[in-house]
Amino acid sequence: MFLLLPFDNLIVSLLGISLTVLFTLLLVFIIVPAIFGVSFGIRKLYMKTLLKIFAWATLRMERGAKENHHQLYKPYTNGIIAKDPTSLEEEIKEIRRSGSSKALDNTPEFELSDIFYFCRKGMETIMDDEVTKRFSAEELESWNLLSRTNYNFHYISLRLTVLWGLGVLIRYCFLLPLRIALAFTGISLLVVGTTMVGYLPNGRFKEFLSKHVHLMCYRICVRALTAIITYHDRKNRPRDGGICVANHTSPIDVIILASDGYYAMVGQVHGGLMGVIQRAMVKACPHVWFERSEVKDRHLVARRLTEHVQDKSKLPILIFPEGTCINNTSVMMFKKGSFEIGATVYPVAIKYDPQFGDAFYNSSKYGMMTYLLRMMTSWAIVCSVWYLPPMTRQAEEDAVQFANRVKSAIARQGGLVDLLWDGGLKREKVKDTFKEEQQKLYSKMIVGNHEDRSRS
Amino acid sequence: MGSRASTLLRDEELEEIKKETGFSHSQITRLYSRFTSLDKGENGTLSREDFQRIPELAINPLGDRIINAFFPEGEDQVNFRGFMRTLAHFRPIEDNEKSKDVNGPEPLNSRSNKLHFAFRLYDLDKDDKISRDELLQGKAQLLPVEDRGGRLGQCKVLRMMVGVNISDEQLGSIADRTIQEADQDGDSAISFTEFVKVLEKVDVEQKMSIRFLH
Repeated sequence: MFLLLPFDNLIVSLLGISLTVLFTLLLVFIIVPAIFGVSFGIRKLYMKTLLKIFAWATLRMERGAKENHHQLYKPYTNGIIAKDPTSLEEEIKEIRRSGSSKALDNTPEFELSDIFYFCRKGMETIMDDEVTKRFSAEELESWNLLSRTNYNFHYISLRLTVLWGLGVLIRYCFLLPLRIALAFTGISLLVVGTTMVGYLPNGRFKEFLSKHVHLMCYRICVRALTAIITYHDRKNRPRDGGICVANHTSPIDVIILASDGYYAMVGQVHGGLMGVIQRAMVKACPHVWFERSEVKDRHLVARRLTEHVQDKSKLPILIFPEGTCINNTSVMMFKKGSFEIGATVYPVAIKYDPQFGDAFYNSSKYGMMTYLLRMMTSWAIVCSVWYLPPMTRQAEEDAVQFANRVKSAIARQGGLVDLLWDGGLKREKVKDTFKEEQQKLYSKMIVGNHEDRSRS
Repeated sequence: MGSRASTLLRDEELEEIKKETGFSHSQITRLYSRFTSLDKGENGTLSREDFQRIPELAINPLGDRIINAFFPEGEDQVNFRGFMRTLAHFRPIEDNEKSKDVNGPEPLNSRSNKLHFAFRLYDLDKDDKISRDELLQGKAQLLPVEDRGGRLGQCKVLRMMVGVNISDEQLGSIADRTIQEADQDGDSAISFTEFVKVLEKVDVEQKMSIRFLH
């Protein structure tokens, strides 16, 4: 027992020293570069090492699978069944043509075989549809040593398990506390900094300080997530008086964009920690926060946004027109509200690499805290950001067409599938109007001739 | 560790489904993954709501009839076996199967079974006959009569396919003509044999099959 006493002191002093060392390292390698916006390249090296390890892990699993004479489960994001892009009319005509021996100079009214089209289309969507798979995390082709993405666990050898265990240790015991410390620093600096700047009189100095406080804190948060971001075409970055629109995958999108530019945020007022941050931020810079009740009033929202953009000196607004988080394999319908305002739109495409950590926020499955924990225990968040050239609404376009044009540009750049479906289908049922459109199309096919005859 | 779909399907069950439906190992695994992603309640079965949550199916005019085909008489839940059994009707017919043993049971994806599936979509009351009533509403239906556009309440098959765009009279004449052309034994209804005869030239194998990419 007495022998332990000198060891106690030793342990305490060791602990003290290691904490000091850790803190200094933190400061020198992470926080100081964040303040000045430079990088040592540590994260890129980390990424390269990880990729090599993942490739090795997948190879081991494939070998394990071959030994059992099984095939590894490989997900296919492009769909599992072959779908013909032919229209309703073409398909039904084809079915009728194959079944009828008589010459068809005018389309017959109705055939019993017409049902085949609807039947097969329905079955295809049951096997694989374009919409529901966008609301769950993308499946990976090679394993990244996270248990949450493993589909082939019975092919893991002992060596792989040890590697996985090591990974867990590193992620939870080293990376997680580091990241939490950084996040804490970043958020408190943001709240304190913006509140202090808020006391200054309005003017250029206040703006300058506000911009740099915001940028610094977002950069610290970026490092808190170990986000490795590659920005492309930074010359197209949003300017004052414009609107920046981007595809939405997670709340982290905000941090990623705001660490490279100074934006006015738009959003709903939250309670709790988010609310504290929001209230502090708005003291330094005119963000646009809406009360929960105001969000429903589309005209009010449009009016406030218009007022903001019309003042050319005001910061560019950051908006996510999809309205909800999608899993980053596609871009879904853009809500037309932001495109009616008449300002220049600066589209931004964000594409995450799910290999290092899937950033998709599945709000129906995880709460915010669980989500952040998952983010902070992933290897890294790797993404690419493309700033696209600005777009304005043409004379002959309406808001919806303009929104679709912007959406296509973003989808093309990010390599995402361009869908017309509403992201709101995550929670709501589809509108009946779409079914009625299909019915109208089919009705035209079977009585179109009669109507023409009766009109003449 | 991971609790993904492919790990929960037992090998024996997989083999049984393979024998019954003819799908390959990887196809069954993939469809099991699909089944579990549709199963929001995570209880191993799908309900009608689970299917209706697929937007592209919800906008299909015959969506409800197709969903109904999965559920056996009087039941509200379908398990993976039942799911696969229904999907098996749409497996493409492979050449080597055409010459398989005549003694075994007819494969689920034979031409006859595919036609039977389509027939069942029409046959609402399951009496093995397609009657005029099943194609569109019968006169006995008592629903508040709105204008000619409003009678969508009765989910009869033809009406489902055309919505409000065709009048009752026109639809009635279409149904009458269809039955007249197909009916051979004079009972004013289409039996399965008559159905098969009408469609004997149609390329059922191709039109009622779904090809897997892998």
